[in-house]
Amino acid sequence: MQAHILEGGFADQPIEASHAFRAVMTAMARPGEILAVNGAQPPAPLSPAAGAVVLTLCDPETPIFLAASHDTPQLREWIGFHTGAPFVAAQDAMFALGTWGALPLATFPRGTAQFPDRSATVIVECDALSNSGATLRGPGIKRETQLSLPEVAAFQDNAARFPLGLDFIFTSGAHLAALSRTTKVF
Amino acid sequence: MYVAVKGGERAIDNAHAWLAEERRGDRAVLELSVAQIREQMTLAVNRVMAEGSLYDPDLAALAIKQARGDLIEAIFLIRAYRTTLPRFGASNPIETGDMLCERRVSATFKDAPGGQVLGPTFDYTHRLLDFKLAADGEAGDVPKGTPTHDPTPHIMSFLDREGLIQDERAGENTPPDLTRTPLELPADRALRLQSLARGDEGFILGLAYSTQRGYARNHAFVAELRIGAVAVEMEIPELGFAIEIGEITLTECETVNQFQGSKTAPPQFTRGYGLVFGMSERKAISMALVDRALRWKELGEDNLGAPAQDEEFVLYHSDNIQATGFLEHIKLPHYVDFQSELELIRKLRREAKENIPREAAE
Amino acid sequence: MSDYNFAYLDEQTKRMIRRAILKGLAIPGHQVPFASREMPMPYGWGTGGVQVSAAILTPEDTLKVIDQGADDTTNAVSIRRFFQKTAGVAVTEATAQASVIQTRHRIPEADLRADQILVYQVPIPEPLRFLEPSEVETRKMHALEDYGLMHVKLYEDISQHGDIATAYAYPVKVEGRYVMDPSPIPKFDNPKLEMAGIQLFGAGREQRIYAIPPYTRVVSLDFDDYPFQPTKADHACDLCGAQNSYLDELIVDDDGGRVFMCSDTDYCSTRRKQGHVGAQGLPYAEGAT
Repeated sequence: MQAHILEGGFADQPIEASHAFRAVMTAMARPGEILAVNGAQPPAPLSPAAGAVVLTLCDPETPIFLAASHDTPQLREWIGFHTGAPFVAAQDAMFALGTWGALPLATFPRGTAQFPDRSATVIVECDALSNSGATLRGPGIKRETQLSLPEVAAFQDNAARFPLGLDFIFTSGAHLAALSRTTKVF
Repeated sequence: MYVAVKGGERAIDNAHAWLAEERRGDRAVLELSVAQIREQMTLAVNRVMAEGSLYDPDLAALAIKQARGDLIEAIFLIRAYRTTLPRFGASNPIETGDMLCERRVSATFKDAPGGQVLGPTFDYTHRLLDFKLAADGEAGDVPKGTPTHDPTPHIMSFLDREGLIQDERAGENTPPDLTRTPLELPADRALRLQSLARGDEGFILGLAYSTQRGYARNHAFVAELRIGAVAVEMEIPELGFAIEIGEITLTECETVNQFQGSKTAPPQFTRGYGLVFGMSERKAISMALVDRALRWKELGEDNLGAPAQDEEFVLYHSDNIQATGFLEHIKLPHYVDFQSELELIRKLRREAKENIPREAAE
Repeated sequence: MSDYNFAYLDEQTKRMIRRAILKGLAIPGHQVPFASREMPMPYGWGTGGVQVSAAILTPEDTLKVIDQGADDTTNAVSIRRFFQKTAGVAVTEATAQASVIQTRHRIPEADLRADQILVYQVPIPEPLRFLEPSEVETRKMHALEDYGLMHVKLYEDISQHGDIATAYAYPVKVEGRYVMDPSPIPKFDNPKLEMAGIQLFGAGREQRIYAIPPYTRVVSLDFDDYPFQPTKADHACDLCGAQNSYLDELIVDDDGGRVFMCSDTDYCSTRRKQGHVGAQGLPYAEGAT
């Protein structure tokens, strides 16, 4: 194992994870809101924001799927070492990580009628995040807001299946935003 | 004029100080040591370990001391401590066939390999208060025998050889851990047994008794009750083999129950199983009876609507820490909810009063 | 600070709770099972709320804990001390200064801001529980969106009492989908469930977490001819004179004389500091209660 695999985790796990989680929770509660997260320095191609999300939420109890865009030996080692999360196929994923085009959305678990919460959370690595583009409405949004989504149809389809569905965390550099299955996208 | 009452913080501090004083009792009497509790209140210690799900006689004794002898409070202290402990791994399944039995009785066979060993039991003591203990508790000389270190075969294995008892195969999967995953129903037998093992002794006893009295009667005989020490072994990945990491005392009860058969299987006996930390005979037998009652579905029996057959009822209500917490929480302030009910009942009475004369006049 | 991890819970437990919170926010009103831990306080005394608070607190937070609307009730004091000791966070009694508020049975009178989080302690998270004791059955009802039982119950109330006989823990429908128990808050508080802050609900003994994101539609169940009515005692606060706050009723003499005062103690004292005086109140004096 290379030395730098051991690096790039949270320097002070309880504190940095608490900050990162507050950002993720705020993002999920307020779809479209863009927040900064710090503390993680993962190897490329993982962004610091996505790294922080993984360090905050993943552990041996959370099977994770790496899309082709992010399935590198280095990243596997880094995530394995820092979280212990097992790597799985898309249909068994609790978390999925990759760029938009590389993610097999149709394959991820969307939950069951009794347990819609048993669905994947998809971490989508983006080139940039801005409050422009698609219009979002729904819980967590006062009236409406904008977010630079990679496309619209997939999110409309996802919302139409509510209460089943996927939830998304978009990451870019040190920033993240989120979109839950309740969000209506136009 | 009215001035609002305050003082929650001071009240709590004073209550804690008073509690500590009450726990100590009369200072003219020697203070109880944890070692004394561990050595002389062993059955209390055993119960706290069993229902606290933590095998540590010293901590259980400390908890009993701190809890002023309230065993449910002591179990609570142990549970709260247990959840903070890191988990290094899981042991191999213990082998109760290798138990060093200090007590072993069977109600189904007069004799069997390994013999009947009464052991340190209350069973045939006459329940007469022994006033000598009030003055001097020293035990007299105890006759000594030669311990045997041979494995003692399970009585059930003899029935098994004849094919008279329902087959029990080892499960493939590691059972879920009740303390790490939320309870989900239906639960498999491993999970039910886990829940019963840490369930309240009194509750499990009451349920078991209800099956004997006809609420899902299953005609249990104690095929075997054994108490003794077993080794705990753990695989050490770095070593590549298992090593003994310690020894625990357990009580195991296997019941043989009413035979039954089906279209495909000839009549055979069925089983109930109980396994508890320490010497906890009453609990182990109760557990076996309730386990057997809960197996009605897999054995193709009728649901008689008996409490001991109702998995959801049993599993959701057997934990005394959950039960006592929720029960006792009703002494917390409920001013707000009660006020809302007060207003509602006043309103309903007002409306009823307005309506009655009108209806009477009609 | 103590020997325990920040905010008492170990990191793996926090992650498990954090994941449940996120799914709760993504599916508003849906009860997410979580592996509730045994806490050093009894089940039924706020272990769910405490676990949720422990999972969301950051060292920079300012925590307020209320029970029945008051900061000074013994269990609120006890929980506040727990977090002072294990998380070292600042605490306050002032609603406006708190970033996280843990509550039992009330929503503060003052509107919460977007940067505030309200954590509820929940005894029985299942709104259908008293109509159907089996968890297996109620989970099916939620899955099928079959809430007929609840409507029948409310309707029977009306035919028997001429009114819906539920005064607290009044059921709501969240974002048009899940019927949810808002915890035993008086129904007076129900309209405030639509707010700017994040609302998180923790039921420790029952092992459930659920949530309402900001600005989510929360509708109290009712009928067209019997619309939902938030009610309170028909009095003003005797200490601060407030007309529109929820009131506690106190018995103050042997003849059964009554005094009414705000259940939200911070709301009441803030008003008194501003110079409002109720029928039996004294003008606010620094250092007095």
